[in-house]
Amino acid sequence: MERLVVIGAGMASGRLLEHLVEADPNAYAVTLFNAEPRGNYNRIMLSPVLSGEKSYAEIVTHDDAWYARHGVTCRFGERVESIDRDRNVVVGAKGEVPYDRLVLATGSDAFIVPCPGHDLDGVIAYRDLDDTNRMIDTAPGSRAVVIGGGLLGLEAAAGLRMRGLEVTVLHLAGHLMERQLDPAAGYLLRADLERRGITVMTQAATKCIRGDGAVEAVELEDGTILPADLVVMAVGIRPSVALAKQSGLAVNKAIEVDAQMRTSDPSIFAVGECIEFAGQLFGLVAPLYDQAKVLAATLLGQDAAFTPKQLSTKLKVTGCDLFSAGDFADGPGREDIVYRDPARGIYKRLVVEDDTLVGAVMYGDTADGNWFFGLIKDGTDIAEMRETLIFGPAYQGGATADPLAAVAALPADAEICGCNGVCKGQIVTAIEGGATDLGAVRATTKASASCGTCTGLVEQVLAATLGDAFQMPTAQPVCGCTDLSHEDVRRLIKARELKSQPAVWQELGWSTPNGCHVCRPAVNFYLLADWPLDYQDDPQSRFVNERKHANIQKDGTFSVVPRMWGGITTAAELRAIADAADKYDVPTVKVTGGQRIDLLGVKGEDLPAMWADLNAAGLVSGHAYSKGLRTVKTCVGTDHCRFGTQDSTGLGIRLEKRLWGSWTPHKVKLAVSGCPRNCAEATCKDVGIVCVDSGYEIGVGGAAGMDVKEVQPLVKVATEDAAVEWTVAFVQLYREHAKYLDRPYKWLAKVGLDWVQQTLGDAAERTALVERFDLSQTIYQTDPWAELAMREKARAFAPIADLTLEAAE
Amino acid sequence: MSWIDIGALDDIPVRGARVVKAEVGCIALFRTDEAEVYATTNTCAHKGGPLSEGIVHGRRVTCPLHNWVWSLETGEAQGADEGRIATYPVRIEAGRILIDGDAVGKRSAA
Repeated sequence: MERLVVIGAGMASGRLLEHLVEADPNAYAVTLFNAEPRGNYNRIMLSPVLSGEKSYAEIVTHDDAWYARHGVTCRFGERVESIDRDRNVVVGAKGEVPYDRLVLATGSDAFIVPCPGHDLDGVIAYRDLDDTNRMIDTAPGSRAVVIGGGLLGLEAAAGLRMRGLEVTVLHLAGHLMERQLDPAAGYLLRADLERRGITVMTQAATKCIRGDGAVEAVELEDGTILPADLVVMAVGIRPSVALAKQSGLAVNKAIEVDAQMRTSDPSIFAVGECIEFAGQLFGLVAPLYDQAKVLAATLLGQDAAFTPKQLSTKLKVTGCDLFSAGDFADGPGREDIVYRDPARGIYKRLVVEDDTLVGAVMYGDTADGNWFFGLIKDGTDIAEMRETLIFGPAYQGGATADPLAAVAALPADAEICGCNGVCKGQIVTAIEGGATDLGAVRATTKASASCGTCTGLVEQVLAATLGDAFQMPTAQPVCGCTDLSHEDVRRLIKARELKSQPAVWQELGWSTPNGCHVCRPAVNFYLLADWPLDYQDDPQSRFVNERKHANIQKDGTFSVVPRMWGGITTAAELRAIADAADKYDVPTVKVTGGQRIDLLGVKGEDLPAMWADLNAAGLVSGHAYSKGLRTVKTCVGTDHCRFGTQDSTGLGIRLEKRLWGSWTPHKVKLAVSGCPRNCAEATCKDVGIVCVDSGYEIGVGGAAGMDVKEVQPLVKVATEDAAVEWTVAFVQLYREHAKYLDRPYKWLAKVGLDWVQQTLGDAAERTALVERFDLSQTIYQTDPWAELAMREKARAFAPIADLTLEAAE
Repeated sequence: MSWIDIGALDDIPVRGARVVKAEVGCIALFRTDEAEVYATTNTCAHKGGPLSEGIVHGRRVTCPLHNWVWSLETGEAQGADEGRIATYPVRIEAGRILIDGDAVGKRSAA
């Protein structure tokens, strides 16, 4: 009988032994080494063991009796020290074993982030029963931090939470399971986990683990400190190849094998997570079983060849329905079919290529997962059923998704009209009481009777309640990605507390995977205006000018405009601007209508260096490119002018220093004139202040562009402080309510000056608006030039590579 | 094909783009998803706008100058506009971006 030695008693080698003893029990005398002091168990069921849904005994695949029955000599709990290929001998810690054939099934090791503190007591991986038991033995109420929001990390987190621990998941990428899920499905998963009491932090980079001997806390790169009694590292696995390398076998990322599972030594084979075949690694169980079958055949002298197949993933967390199969993220010529049912938290995405299904992601309803997986594996031609494919195999007939779903899904106590505090339930009651059109609902409930931005929502409540009896007026949707209007999107972002773009796309039923160039900048603005602390501005959702913090010109160069507060400058600033113009070969230097200087024709890659130079002279970005505060134009007022009534320059500078850096629906320009002669042209600005002897006349809604408008008088106040307060409150009201790309005059035409005057006339409301504005400014009032000029960020302005240089070498 | 390593995948933000200078001119690399990259010319076929500065959505980019929308997969203009931009073979391997040197005019080392 030939001697077969197997190193590693995991799932792949376990399956191999099953095939061997079934096909020819007398072919080999088998010796099985395992570093763990136990035989083969179903490792992928560790999560149910952790959560308490199963016991270890239930997941044992091969017990002592099985090994005895099949004559397998077990060397469990014994490490293999080396392989002597010259003598065909495996050297175990307790002695040598000769072999005719050798199988390496060493599996993989958890990757431990080599940060300071990774070796403290209480830092564990999640690979085997010992790790699992360590987690089970941690007292309920303890604080656990799981590093890694992939499959394994989330299963660990869910299990620990079910054991009663306080769990925080740290994930480096922007959304959970980014390899398997797109942002929308990642968002749903996160929401589900948070509902179970698990804290999820994305874009969280671990700096170090603190503790004296044992874990005490995890410190993040941003300085956040999370107290912890247990840290679970689940950032990934690495093929365990040390033994193979040391034995001189061909090893790349893992042990290289051919389609017969043979390594570079013809009498040594390898199987499972430790192998590399055609450049590919394997971590899921299905291909491992395929390999085991092939290797059994090879060892028995039969023909067999391993071919990798499509894979599917399911998250084993009770109550989180998630399915991912095939390749949904890579390759040209592919199209998406997306289905969202926000009311039920369902998201499905199919990826189609050449009339076949190549990938599928599902969340919330995975009932059809295996059917889709079958289509992927079989390469079925889906051209015929493409229209209805996403509805699954049971689909009959042609009902389409309900465009009113977003509104229909709102609970009765959801606020529809913020101005008058009217909830959906009150509107429905009014409708059922006979108010069957918009006017009647307004008259009965006051909903949409003030600023009017919720009109669309009220109409949708009417439609959802009355069905066909209500004729919906056609509202202009934001873009082709949604049927909702800007006003609806804004209102729903507030009402449903949507705080990320994937949340908006999912909950409001976007028809595209991630929006388009029309909706993305608008949604980005709405989110940052409504949730300044929760939402992080997305540069990829901004037009080039706001991403580059400079104005793109028709030849692809940029213009640079430093801020000159209230139009006041100094000789030193002018010198710095002149020096920058010389140093960077600026072809055109122009004085703008906003009382500052424009440097035109700057090359994109020169921007960071130029900003750094200007910063050094105290100059910051003038935001001449932004939907935000541009300039505050002033006259010289009482400083020099013999007609000046107030310090118009001082007030202008004060306003500019207060408002700069804030993002608004469209650009905002201000001016302050020192007397009614109005040299600063304040009466055609978004906000224009004209000083008079008795105080300050504030006008709003002026324009001097495509439309020319004179400001409407908002209020007259006695003090400079009051002028600043009213101006800030007005800008904040505009930020909170206007449609993206509406200048204040357009917004005023929709909501009416009366409503604005009434709202701002309430001192408490005015104070609240100012407070919300100032809160937002704590985040956004920073000089983008200073930030982008730093070396890290500046790199993004240069080419990623220059192949012309290499070619010349 | 001769694949040339031009940088790390993470040097491009998701739904962002970077430029590669090459013999055939500037090439824009678009990262449309976590693990998905496309390469096209950086020059819009309409009026020469820098496509790498546009907004990336789905597998498309919108030119920053006049909002022409291009398919990154086929190079075809989308919507009512007509035209085509050059696309180049690109792939991702172990977190690195590789571009086909033959297609972008890089002479081989020999």
